[in-house]
Amino acid sequence: MKDYLLLLCYCAINISFAQECDHKFFGEVHDFHDGSPIVNATIYIKNINKYATTDLNGKFIMENICPGEINIVVSHVGCKDKVFNVKIKGDTFKIINLEHHFEELHVVEVKGNNPNKVTQTAQETILKTKTIERYNSLSLGDALKQVSGVSSINTGNTIVKPMINGLHSSRIAIITNGVRLQDQEWGIEHAPNVDLSSVGDISVIKGSNALAHGGGAIGGVVVLNPSRVILKDSLYGKSIISGQSNGRGFSFSSTLTKTYTKGWYVNATASLKNLGDFETPDYNLTNTGLNSKGFSASTGYRTLEKGFNIFYNYLNNEIGILRASHIGNIEDLVNSINGSQPAVIEPFGRSINAPKQEITHQVFMVDFYKRFKKLGRWELQYDFQNNQRFEFDIRLGDDRDKPALDLNLKTHNISSSIKVDAFENVKYNFGLSGTYQNNFANPDTGIRRLIPDYDKYDFGIFAISNVKLGSSTNFDLGLRYDFTRIDAQKFYLKSRWEERNYDVIFPSLVIEDFGTQLLTNPVFDYHNISVSAGVSHDFNEKHAVIFNYGLSQRPPNPSELFSDGLHHSAARIELGDLRIGKETSNRVSATYKYKVNDVSLNLEGFYNHINNFIYISPTGTEQTIRGAFPVWNFQQTNARLFGLDLSANYYYNEQWSLINKSSIIKARDISAKQALIEIPSFKSVNSLKFSNKKWLDLNTELQSELVLRQNEYPNNNFEAFIPTTGDNVLVDISTPPPAYHLLHFQSDITLEVFNKTKLNISLNIKNVFNTSYRENLNRLRYFADDLGRNFMLQLKLNY
Amino acid sequence: MKNLKSIYVFPLLALLFVACSNDDNAPVPVIEEEVITTLTATLVPNGSGTTITLQSRDLDGKDGPNAPVIDVSGNLAANTTYTGSFEILNETESPAEDITEEIKEKDEEHQFFFQATNTIASFTYSDADGNGNPIGLSFTLTTGSAGSGTITITLRHEPNKTANGVKDGDITNAGGETDIQASFSVTVQ
Repeated sequence: MKDYLLLLCYCAINISFAQECDHKFFGEVHDFHDGSPIVNATIYIKNINKYATTDLNGKFIMENICPGEINIVVSHVGCKDKVFNVKIKGDTFKIINLEHHFEELHVVEVKGNNPNKVTQTAQETILKTKTIERYNSLSLGDALKQVSGVSSINTGNTIVKPMINGLHSSRIAIITNGVRLQDQEWGIEHAPNVDLSSVGDISVIKGSNALAHGGGAIGGVVVLNPSRVILKDSLYGKSIISGQSNGRGFSFSSTLTKTYTKGWYVNATASLKNLGDFETPDYNLTNTGLNSKGFSASTGYRTLEKGFNIFYNYLNNEIGILRASHIGNIEDLVNSINGSQPAVIEPFGRSINAPKQEITHQVFMVDFYKRFKKLGRWELQYDFQNNQRFEFDIRLGDDRDKPALDLNLKTHNISSSIKVDAFENVKYNFGLSGTYQNNFANPDTGIRRLIPDYDKYDFGIFAISNVKLGSSTNFDLGLRYDFTRIDAQKFYLKSRWEERNYDVIFPSLVIEDFGTQLLTNPVFDYHNISVSAGVSHDFNEKHAVIFNYGLSQRPPNPSELFSDGLHHSAARIELGDLRIGKETSNRVSATYKYKVNDVSLNLEGFYNHINNFIYISPTGTEQTIRGAFPVWNFQQTNARLFGLDLSANYYYNEQWSLINKSSIIKARDISAKQALIEIPSFKSVNSLKFSNKKWLDLNTELQSELVLRQNEYPNNNFEAFIPTTGDNVLVDISTPPPAYHLLHFQSDITLEVFNKTKLNISLNIKNVFNTSYRENLNRLRYFADDLGRNFMLQLKLNY
Repeated sequence: MKNLKSIYVFPLLALLFVACSNDDNAPVPVIEEEVITTLTATLVPNGSGTTITLQSRDLDGKDGPNAPVIDVSGNLAANTTYTGSFEILNETESPAEDITEEIKEKDEEHQFFFQATNTIASFTYSDADGNGNPIGLSFTLTTGSAGSGTITITLRHEPNKTANGVKDGDITNAGGETDIQASFSVTVQ
């Protein structure tokens, strides 16, 4: 009966417009990328309930259409529906483009939480949101250590620099929101300014193969992506609050996102962290607190064809540095090394006094993209970063509250790239970028500048191709060229200028003579080539391999060129060298992946040969009126590093699993025929996991962390005369501390509190047995033990 | 999508930034105020005899490569008591700045320590800060019998003056940070 009625209506409409309703609506449905016809797509005219499907040539035809506006929905398996209106005036022809690359669609929709890797044939590991959230109250460096082969070099426990396969600082590019972090990454005591609370996932790429992200990243690239944005009308958020016993502090972060189906989105994140003095099992680490405030906001419009994003991030960190590590001369250093406890231990406190750092980092980014039919995606980005760094030393009298170091680093960057994905088996990515950087060292500190005023210009251009051979083989080839010019204005003490022999080598650099000081204008140009080549092949579902080669060149950073003066926190004179040139790395790597139902294995090996490797090591002592100080010189040598990173999972059943992550690295200074300085030792992390979805989604993990003693190290110990005792003593700055083993515990449950609101409660105990230990790659190991037991309770609300 | 047009403005703005911030202002040299270049101890014998000076002079300061120039004006007389005083200067400034005054102003935060090898001399403090603890800007030096050895003078900033033995001139538990340390080879005859 109903059908009859419908039919009747239909006829009635037909009849009433009979004289006009004889138009044709016809056309073709194409793939947006390569223009190929799409077969079997459905074309549905909503308002008159009419269907058609495309033929083998992607063509369709619909007859007897009345003039006026019709609503059309085009759909096809694997494609997003396309909804639009068409005005019918006579016979109407239309070409409809559908997005047929499903994974590409993902990239657009969820740019940021791309489940696909950044690279196809490099050694890449992805850290997911859940893992990162566990480190919300810690630092980026701590979170990255979850990746086998990634360690860190620390100054205390809040200044944590990531280290990939033994390389750190300027050799690692950290990318947040598509912006390469420029926050004075050169020094070991300069930790990356990243707020984990606004990060969705992290890709860690070992080696220099992610060429699109900048040159010079010999060690690797860390790509931090913001949380996923879903294109539907929705408002959602997340709050994390955590408290910890060690440091007696808390951290809080909250993020809120509003999205619209049309493509608009707005997101804001705020975070706060406050920690007091940390403690070892036996004593307080006086003045090791941390105050951190972060805010970020982003907005934009994203559709398949075009869109833009605007992003702003503010992060302010005030970091206390162990009071006892601020020392006067070699004698104080010897006393610290030989003493069992730090020289200054005070009761627990929250205040952060000198020595301390105060860093404010701001990032502003805007990008725009557009898809071109039969070509690909074009992107244009501008970003600006402002890094303000204060370091406070213990000073006398009126200067007590003046910073000893006041550096302002501003970086502007413009980049553009085009990803060509129109061809089925070949993809290209071309891009170029230009960067201008200005460093201003404020002279009001009353202390000679450690890093001079400089302007730095970078220009980079790259081309990357990815070829798919069948479904199981991938080839990558990439080329990049970077030009860097550094134009500095630096004061040298005349005596230093002559001691370095610069008066003979660089007499033309002097622009003014100020009596005891010379103003110089070093201008250096560097041309750097990077090459990346890789192949990945899946033999079958079980076995897969990746082979990879990377050539990369890195120009020296300002610290390696210009450092000049006494570093109180280390009681050493650090000297850069104007003669230092670029370093060149040739890295080959191989990965073997094995996966069956209950076992998965990932074995990564690498060999890295670095010509003119830049490093700093002690070369002697200098006498001053304060006493003697060791001199650490930046120098170059040829080095080779090789290592193995293993990560293996064994799933006993749905609930129980075992995980092993181990890494070993061997590094040698080939020229001096000795071990390389500052190389992580063998580390093995074994975890026993239990999870049960029925018990409030319980996850429990017992983790054993074993770090062996570094037995291969250059012996840089030296004898020094200690006037107060009249003795010659050995200053043991080289001998690494003994091996250590720590046990950690982690457990979490998830409760459904209201509709769509989830509460996750986690308890994390670090160093369960309160073991005393010192880590070789912690600069403060001369002065104090590492952290004792830490209970951390975290509440996470997803709504 | 009119909004998108505004996007093109940003790169242009960026170029503007680049153009503007590239100023050629030459930086000014930093003349460090806290630098100590010169320590001079003047030893005046009680009664007759020659006044002796011990000097350590490091004109390129703590960052410079040159070692301090150590000068001992002459030999000390055996079994003699000397009245000692210090002059501490920053000679990178002209005229030289007298740091001695600054130490006097912050006398509670400073203390000199004296050591002599081969028991060629002994020292006593002859001044005190507001808390009755020694400073060492004035002191006495008493020589023993003839011989030779090294006299070491150390100035500590923020020592723990109440720690065991520190009041009596024992540096072992003093802590703090070394501001000056100089050793002089001395002959007593």
